[in-house]
Amino acid sequence: MTYSTVQIWGIIAALAVGTFLIRFSFLGLIGDRPMPPIVLRLLRFTPVAVLPGMVAPLVLWPAATDGDPDPVRLVAAAATLAIGIWSKNVLWSMIGGAATLYAGLALTALF
Amino acid sequence: MTTSTTKTKARNAYLAGVRDGTPFMFVVVPFSVLFGVVATDAGLSLAQAMSFTVLVIAGAAQFAALQMMVENAALPLVLLAALAVNLRMAMYSASLVPYLGAAPMWQRALVSYLNFDQTYLTSITRYENSPEMTVPERVMYFMGVATPIVPLWYSMTLVGIFAGASIPDAWALDFILPITFLAMVAPMLKSLAHLAAAAVSVVVALLLINLPSGMGLLIAAGAAMVTGTLVETWLEQRK
Repeated sequence: MTYSTVQIWGIIAALAVGTFLIRFSFLGLIGDRPMPPIVLRLLRFTPVAVLPGMVAPLVLWPAATDGDPDPVRLVAAAATLAIGIWSKNVLWSMIGGAATLYAGLALTALF
Repeated sequence: MTTSTTKTKARNAYLAGVRDGTPFMFVVVPFSVLFGVVATDAGLSLAQAMSFTVLVIAGAAQFAALQMMVENAALPLVLLAALAVNLRMAMYSASLVPYLGAAPMWQRALVSYLNFDQTYLTSITRYENSPEMTVPERVMYFMGVATPIVPLWYSMTLVGIFAGASIPDAWALDFILPITFLAMVAPMLKSLAHLAAAAVSVVVALLLINLPSGMGLLIAAGAAMVTGTLVETWLEQRK
């Protein structure tokens, strides 16, 4: 990370204000006026539109292996996804993915 | 209704909220510890990491911002990526208006600060199932749900900050973050529209990987939101 201290505090402050304004938007400022249904529909896809695109390069080209695809990390990612889709539970998915990662790393360390 | 029964009902609503929020303590601990660990690992000071967690109080966006910062993305792109992750909360905010819109301004501001996935989803379910609740009862219920979660969110981040410095590379913490994101996304892939949106997000982000950090992701997210909306509309029209 190459930001100055001032820049880091700037990021934190801007995110604090921006996040609060997003949360306060309708409840606090806009009130009861109805929103166009198309906007509501677009907004509903926000998390599923942002997170997969963010995570894909991290899975395919991990920084820890200098960007080379790593079988252990690929399998751990697949396990996380599969458990999450099947169990619909964030916590189980995290635990299963981490367990797969550490099991794989332990196995590669042995052989 | 007398003042004392009003107070009793408000207290009961608060206690019901505390009860319904308690199971989320198990979800909050790993995320908040992890944020402390990853933030320290990325080079944030104790004061910076704690301010982050207390002021922003939104797990996924905090992780997204950190990831962009580790990649040394331009400042506007760090902010855009993290705030884009939080945009769903505008929808949460909008859907609370029919239930809490009549509450005093300071209470609506407090609810807004505490409005994240767990508090929102728990509260809105209760409001829908119990239409007889008064506005003060609804506010108290929301505060109740937040009560077991928020102090734990702060304190476990602090634990992560102190633990982070002593965690060796062999723990592969670099990859705990992608696992966290995947774990958050997987349960959301509940319809064809959501799957299509996720697929477009991945493909476009990978195709645009050589753009300045964060830029490709924003284009990918926009394309994915439009895709999800189009697929959902198309499926509805076919019925």
